Amino acid sequence: MVDKSREEYWRRNIKLVVLCMIIWFVVSFGFGIILVKPLNAIHLGGYKLGFWFAQQGSMYTFVALIFFYSNKMGKLDKEFGVEEE
Amino acid sequence: MSLQLMTVLVVGATFILYIYIAIRSKAKDTSDFYVASKGVHPVLNGMATGADWMSAASFISMAGLIAFLGYDGSVYLMGWTGGYCLLAMLLAPYLRKFGKFTVSEFIGERYYSNFARMVAVACLITASVTYVIGQMKGIGVVFSRALGISFEVGIIIGMIIVFIYAVFGGMKGVTNTQIAQYCVLIFAYTVPAIFIALQLTGMPIPQLGLGSTLSDGSGIHLLDKLDTILTELGFAQYTAQKMSTINVLFLTMSLMIGTAGLPHVIMRFFTVPSVKDARASAGWALVFIAILYTTAPAVGAMARMNLMQTIQHGPVGSIDGNIEYAKVPAWFKSWEKTGLLKFEDKNGDGRIQYYDEKGLKTAESFGWKGNEMIKVDRDIMVLANPEIAGLPNWVIALVTAGGIAAALSTAAGLLLAIATAISHDVLKGWLMPDITDQQELKYSRIAIGGAIIVAGYLGLNPPGFAAQVVALAFGLAAASIFPAIMMGIFSKRINDKGAIAGMLAGLGTTLVYIFIYKGWFFFKSTAMLPDNADNWLFGLNPQSFGTIGALINFAVAYAVSLMTDPPPQRIQDLIEDIRVPIASK
Repeated sequence: MVDKSREEYWRRNIKLVVLCMIIWFVVSFGFGIILVKPLNAIHLGGYKLGFWFAQQGSMYTFVALIFFYSNKMGKLDKEFGVEEE
Repeated sequence: MSLQLMTVLVVGATFILYIYIAIRSKAKDTSDFYVASKGVHPVLNGMATGADWMSAASFISMAGLIAFLGYDGSVYLMGWTGGYCLLAMLLAPYLRKFGKFTVSEFIGERYYSNFARMVAVACLITASVTYVIGQMKGIGVVFSRALGISFEVGIIIGMIIVFIYAVFGGMKGVTNTQIAQYCVLIFAYTVPAIFIALQLTGMPIPQLGLGSTLSDGSGIHLLDKLDTILTELGFAQYTAQKMSTINVLFLTMSLMIGTAGLPHVIMRFFTVPSVKDARASAGWALVFIAILYTTAPAVGAMARMNLMQTIQHGPVGSIDGNIEYAKVPAWFKSWEKTGLLKFEDKNGDGRIQYYDEKGLKTAESFGWKGNEMIKVDRDIMVLANPEIAGLPNWVIALVTAGGIAAALSTAAGLLLAIATAISHDVLKGWLMPDITDQQELKYSRIAIGGAIIVAGYLGLNPPGFAAQVVALAFGLAAASIFPAIMMGIFSKRINDKGAIAGMLAGLGTTLVYIFIYKGWFFFKSTAMLPDNADNWLFGLNPQSFGTIGALINFAVAYAVSLMTDPPPQRIQDLIEDIRVPIASK
């Protein structure tokens, strides 16, 4: 891999990680903690929404996020010809 | 069949299974022993990671903690799962590409310094030993409560079992047994939860049951009802936040960074065949962990509800609102015997009043003379849950086997991390660089045997500070290991001096902050300030300080690195190399 595309690969990787980290932060620290009171005014079935994010929603998002990242990285590897056999 | 006999049979059957697996997966060389020859399928590795991660604390204590903390318990749920996102995206794939055996080895090579490697080894061993004491205690507790044998015998049986499969099989044996242990523990955790969710809400999926209406026909949502019951008795609302927001934020963050920095968890990602598998495996690990972690809040809330309604079965204040002591269910009596549940009839009416004395001002007008449930141990919640719900004996026996599986699998993972650090980092990497692979394998077996004996000894004679050192384990991992690895991958500028200064600064401040409130080296009398919110710096609980320690580590490492020379070219190349899965095609 030439240096230029190596740099590009790394830049795209960082961009993806930053995006995922923002989502990671928003669902847990944002919805589950900082905004928990206003969100609790909304109901999701018998759950108050802020409480749901703190005890359920954030964890579901974490799982989805890792698979999303892993999938995107797989595609990036292919695009740059660095995927493993 | 009696419960005791049933429990012996179920637990015994799981032991035979673990030993059978161990015999089939004997380690032949160090690669087998340390990383299972990097041949573990990512889904199976995820399962093993789940069992490795979910300890006696996750299985037995967490739901109980949530039952009494309500919303505030979320810090553990988010903290102990959110760390996997950090692992998957910031550490695991790169460490797998690095392709060696231990976490400290990475730190040593990346920062071209044996000193850095030994600092990492010291953190790793301290964090793992403190953790393993808790597991040993957990095994002893479960054994003694369920089988009526003594605590000590329980620990020794546990030691023998771990010894058999960890010494022979190393990572290979541990991985294979952990997969089996995951299946046992998750089955044991979810079956009672499903039954209880069905009973209370008519909904078999606990995660949905928690958000459903009660099946008593009232049409009221379970959580609303729980809030009402608790506030009527003067307790805080279940769904409301009680801790200060800043502590909730920092504690959650500390637990996340700590999780990502715990060596026995990181180590698991060395065992998969490729970088791609390391990424996916973190996802699978979190799937298997989330099955238990999303069930736990349902178990917690429903157990609290059952407990409250058993005692206060009628309106608050009316005489027959409270249960008569003579009519309490059998589980109440049997847990009273263990001393984990204590009742004292303060007003002599033969009925039980369970309420918050500070919150319920009208209590005296009912003729109540104080809260009569003087002890309700939080750990009861999971263990007594099936009995409270009136489930059959085999379910209760299964919960015992599950608790033991959770403790054993975590203990084995930790012991392996300790043994690997000793044989590979200290002996092979430093003191005896010339030993052969077979000799190193022998030393790793001796190290793990030694580690089991030390852990067992500490489990039998727990130092007084055992309960508090969990904060220390997470603090160390968060303030030293996690930042050092992350900067090693994401920055080419951080050099040996920066990393060492950063690790020591993060570590030092975290230790000092914990010691000021908990006593120097946990000797209570040497505490310099009372451990409460008024004295905490910015109101920060010592447990939450790992986040600050990590920030200090990052800042110091950057500052020192910028003032000194950048790392040599070969290190720059190493970093370039670990950033891509393969060189090129």
